[in-house]
Amino acid sequence: MPQTLAEKILQKHTDQEVTGAGQIVQCRVSMVLANDITAPLAIKSFKAMGAEKVFDKDKVSLVCDHFTPNKDIDSAEQVKVVREFAHEMGITHYYECGDVGVEHALLPEKGIVGPGDIVVGADSHTCTYGGLGAFATGMGSTDIAGAMALGETWFKVPPTIKVEIEGAPGKFVGAKDYMLNLIGRIGVAGALYKALEFSGPAVDALSIEGRMTMANMAIEAGGKVGLFAPDAKTLEYTRNAGRSGDETMSADAGAIYERVVKIDVAGMEPQIACPHLPDNVKPVQETEGLQIHQAVVGSCTNGRIEDMREAAAILKGRKVNPKVRCIILPATPAIWKQCLREGLMEIFMDSGCIVGPPTCGPCLGGHMGILAGGERAIATTNRNFKGRMGSLESEVFLSNPSVAAASAIAGEIINPAKL
Amino acid sequence: MKVQGTAHRVGDHIDTDAIIPARFLVTTDPDELGANCMEGLEAGWGKRLKKNDVIVAGENFGCGSSREHAPISILGAGVPVVVAKSFARIFYRNGFNMGLVLLEVGDDIDKIGDTDTIEVDTEKGEIRNMSTNETIKCAPVPAFMQEILDAGGLVPYAKKKLS
Repeated sequence: MPQTLAEKILQKHTDQEVTGAGQIVQCRVSMVLANDITAPLAIKSFKAMGAEKVFDKDKVSLVCDHFTPNKDIDSAEQVKVVREFAHEMGITHYYECGDVGVEHALLPEKGIVGPGDIVVGADSHTCTYGGLGAFATGMGSTDIAGAMALGETWFKVPPTIKVEIEGAPGKFVGAKDYMLNLIGRIGVAGALYKALEFSGPAVDALSIEGRMTMANMAIEAGGKVGLFAPDAKTLEYTRNAGRSGDETMSADAGAIYERVVKIDVAGMEPQIACPHLPDNVKPVQETEGLQIHQAVVGSCTNGRIEDMREAAAILKGRKVNPKVRCIILPATPAIWKQCLREGLMEIFMDSGCIVGPPTCGPCLGGHMGILAGGERAIATTNRNFKGRMGSLESEVFLSNPSVAAASAIAGEIINPAKL
Repeated sequence: MKVQGTAHRVGDHIDTDAIIPARFLVTTDPDELGANCMEGLEAGWGKRLKKNDVIVAGENFGCGSSREHAPISILGAGVPVVVAKSFARIFYRNGFNMGLVLLEVGDDIDKIGDTDTIEVDTEKGEIRNMSTNETIKCAPVPAFMQEILDAGGLVPYAKKKLS
């Protein structure tokens, strides 16, 4: 029976026959992930289950990236729990301090996740690895504890929505805009319980980083996974990350899709998600002129080197508006160093940005960029829920890195083409 | 399980930041999380929740983050059941793992008004609205999830499997 990409990957990891949407299958997992917010609960559950060791110390990643560098005593205590557990279990992939990066940028970069893998993470943006062709999905801490102990978990086979993207984009339009456009079309529950499978010439043309930006936001449409068929470009990326033996994969001809959504990106404007849901999407011109108080370039959505280059290209030789705090967070130590090597750090500092360590901080209103009441931010992050970045009376607009950087200079939301 | 209590209506797409904002995620304690339940929806909203009350939600309840602190805070606030038009996927799984019962009612959810007194029978998939004398049918808890609930959540369920 012809299979979708999601079904094919699940099939690789189970002895059951994957027959179609709705079926419950028990699968072996390739990697289990938790962070400093979700790991303490997972560890509590793990111990309560009576588990004594993780199923494989090389297949568990613990990344302390949300409240680190620790913002207060409570978060320091949480990280301590994770650190001690990691040492006790001999976890290979444990990261904090100078080794830590935003988990979903860090794991692909280190070759910890790759094509055809099943990755479960106690973080909703685990779906990012779909950009590499992994069936990767977010779960809660207790599910993760079970997977850490057993090395397997259950999945309901999702129906798949095929997204075909075609056309050549204009300047300042890219992966983030394609995804915001899709979420705007199908809504925040548009892919609820479902898989998204991306294809088409515009997707083939995207870099792996761009694909990860799109897969990252699959959850913002309610999706279980956002999948890109691993191609030669993917294999080149994972080879550079130190992996070997990865293979290309694609859905079978004749696989059954629930629906097909077609998007033509020719002539698309940069897209903005307006408060307070990621599906409240408008072309940038409809939001222009709105005063902003903070701009953030970073996060698991847009904190990779390409995003840094995009922001720097706009900021070069210009000054951030004195009424705006422009926060730049390269997502991993390697990206940080790359920014240094390429002279991007100098551009950021000369233009008046605040450059921070790799952290998820401001994205979830954790630390390092909390909004006061009545303040408005434009961010390359993934969520603009009410109060997400701070006060319930604040607002977050989502955009690509060029728009965020240009808006920091203008002091108001603007199309970079108009700078 | 049968639960009788006051219904508290919330809208569509109530996200996990609304259920428990990030600033409260420096603890895993159910009472502390329960005391701050729904603080991201409206300051002090959670104060109205009494033991055995039921949250009645629209579409896609629990969207957003995978934080298990969300179902824990609802349970911590004394609410054992949430009925909604639909649930976000990660939250749905987390709910059952924590022992919070979730029932999907579909469009009939609008037959339940704020502060109505309701009785939810989770095994039959039935909601009796005592305020309107109306009975709403919905799918009962799926057998696979009932197994986890019967064990008392995923922790005891996995404990059994590991031993």
